[in-house]
Amino acid sequence: MKYLDEYRDADAARQYAQEIARVTTQPWSIMEVCGGQTHSILKFGIDQLLPDCVNLIHGPGCPVCVTPLELIDQALEIAARPNVIFCSFGDMLRVPGSTADLLSIKAGGGDVRIVYSPLDAVRIAGENPVSEVVFFGVGFETTAPATAMAAYQASRKGLKNFSILVSHVLVPPAMEAILASPHCRVQGFLAAGHVCAVMGCAEYEPIVARHRVPIVVTGFEPLDILQGVLMCIAQLEQGRAEVENQYSRAVRPAGNQPAQDLIREVFTVVPRKWRGVGEIPQSGLGLSSAYAAFDAAKKFGLTDRVVLEPAECLSGLVLQGHIKPPECPAFGKRCTPEHPLGATMVSSEGACAAYYRYRVLTK
Amino acid sequence: MDTIMGDPLDFTASCPIPIQQYPRIQLAHGGGGKLMHQLVERMFLKAFGDQSEEMRHDSAVLNMPAGRMAFTTDSYVVRPLLFPGGDIGAMSVFGTVNDLAMSGARPLHLSAGFILEEGLPMETLWKIVCSMRAAADRCGVRIVTGDTKVVDKGKGDGMFINTSGIGVIEHSLNISPASVRVGDAILVNGDLGRHGMAIMSVREGLGFEGTLESDSAPVAAPVLELLAAGVEIHCLRDLTRGGLASALNEIAQAANLRLLLQEKLIPVRADVHAACEVLGLDPLLVACEGRFVAFVPPQDAPRALSILNRGQSGGSAVCIGEVRGEIPPLVALQTVLGPSRILDMPSGEQLPRIC
Repeated sequence: MKYLDEYRDADAARQYAQEIARVTTQPWSIMEVCGGQTHSILKFGIDQLLPDCVNLIHGPGCPVCVTPLELIDQALEIAARPNVIFCSFGDMLRVPGSTADLLSIKAGGGDVRIVYSPLDAVRIAGENPVSEVVFFGVGFETTAPATAMAAYQASRKGLKNFSILVSHVLVPPAMEAILASPHCRVQGFLAAGHVCAVMGCAEYEPIVARHRVPIVVTGFEPLDILQGVLMCIAQLEQGRAEVENQYSRAVRPAGNQPAQDLIREVFTVVPRKWRGVGEIPQSGLGLSSAYAAFDAAKKFGLTDRVVLEPAECLSGLVLQGHIKPPECPAFGKRCTPEHPLGATMVSSEGACAAYYRYRVLTK
Repeated sequence: MDTIMGDPLDFTASCPIPIQQYPRIQLAHGGGGKLMHQLVERMFLKAFGDQSEEMRHDSAVLNMPAGRMAFTTDSYVVRPLLFPGGDIGAMSVFGTVNDLAMSGARPLHLSAGFILEEGLPMETLWKIVCSMRAAADRCGVRIVTGDTKVVDKGKGDGMFINTSGIGVIEHSLNISPASVRVGDAILVNGDLGRHGMAIMSVREGLGFEGTLESDSAPVAAPVLELLAAGVEIHCLRDLTRGGLASALNEIAQAANLRLLLQEKLIPVRADVHAACEVLGLDPLLVACEGRFVAFVPPQDAPRALSILNRGQSGGSAVCIGEVRGEIPPLVALQTVLGPSRILDMPSGEQLPRIC
């Protein structure tokens, strides 16, 4: 298929793998930031094409996985209320809160609906004026503009029955947090191409300057990832640390200005807790004061509660790249997609789910 | 087209229930009184019956051929009831016929149980009933008995249909996972995932360019042709919910053998592939309604494929892999890039990803 098969070509992939092996003279650890990239790597077996000394570390870029447990619990509480239509991206429905997930709330009679766009939730609010319609605003800079557009349109339409439970997070502060950790093994990054399609590449320059790590803005198809790895290793081998753009067919250096304007109009940068990781300063988006009326947490009078993760779940270490999923003692045993201990096992972008679903043949 | 249920049905005829009186199903249509009698007589008997007395009994009395029989049942729940490439009625006939075909049986008779939701437009019911009759004619089966219930508005998704079927087995093979052998070729009769994506695109109003049409179709005839040609079929499985991945994992487990697939050989149409990519779904896990896998000895594979590809519409039959001897039993997939991984059974319904 046009624009898909070309980027999955086996011969070209082999040539990239050979070139990576040729230029690599020592072990390197590279983190792909986005869970979509992690899934591509495992789904196509890209890691198996790389030389043993190239170690791909899987990053925190799974919005479902990093949404804090407290917020999932708030979502469950709102969704279970009568007269609420709770709208969410499909991927959030199986994520375990401390006692249940949205699918069980739905089974128990809650009106939980999968939407493909936040604007669908705005439409539902218009069609159901006597119900409270709540959208679960989850995701990185990739989905933030669409959530912002929903708030903007709801405001323009004067909708009083629409609100958003906001859990948007930002990528660069998370990369800073990973690099600041004393356990950090990351020597270079593949940045998430779709995040950069919105935000551009400039915000990675300070990280490169501060930490001397190469950052290659990378796409999601096998050849994108292989080329991103090659560009990153070339920088490492040559002692360079720069922001480079592998995904130039989608990412312009300045990003998408109207989308950025909308984010700035609707949101304000706030500290945010990341599930399994803890609070990262200036790493989240909250509704700005002009849009505070659409804040579901305020509207429903929900308060922050501290909820403890199951001690057995090591997803925080996975999300920070400290361990790989199979190194967790619970992986595939007490933690499976059917009985997950943490969100990384259920999300379609979660690293544990990728390792479980695309298990490599051992013999 | 052969008509085996008496007079040919005029599918262009308007709904035989007086619309002025009953434009929609009412609870009384399942209540056992005159309205139900009218529904049965004017709609179901008109469509399915041969106007003989046999359809009016509590049970159908059938003359059965000697030998082994296959018997199956399935319930059909789909929203919307009418979708591009099919409808719940045709699906409920093809689905049960296909289940019979997976034993290599020649389908003969079906039952049809309807659970109708109060408020269902009578015209919709008539369209679906006509479609069932057309589907039955196409498969050479008779709908010989049935039942109707009506549930309160909001308690059913328009309508649910259960069909059961019996068929006669005219071959001496044991078509089952137990007959699968190392070296068997794994064939699929056409492109995958089209039904699931067609339903999703209309249900969710995704607005894809062009129309994805369901692959809903009967597969009894090609299976019977394979048997008639002497192809030594070891196992058959139709690919419905859970798609190729679920069906093959079930067989691998039951046969205690490893299956190795070549991803590049698995047929998925470009539009289905694109829709799956947009939503983050795996076409190998998406439902089909007219597709099956066949396990045959490697020497029979070319002949089987030429039979399956003869006069086929909507896709081409191909060999997608082979049965291997390694343990543990599982489904392995050699990806388009070369490395191998496990193709697992989905843990539940696939949910669209966030970004």
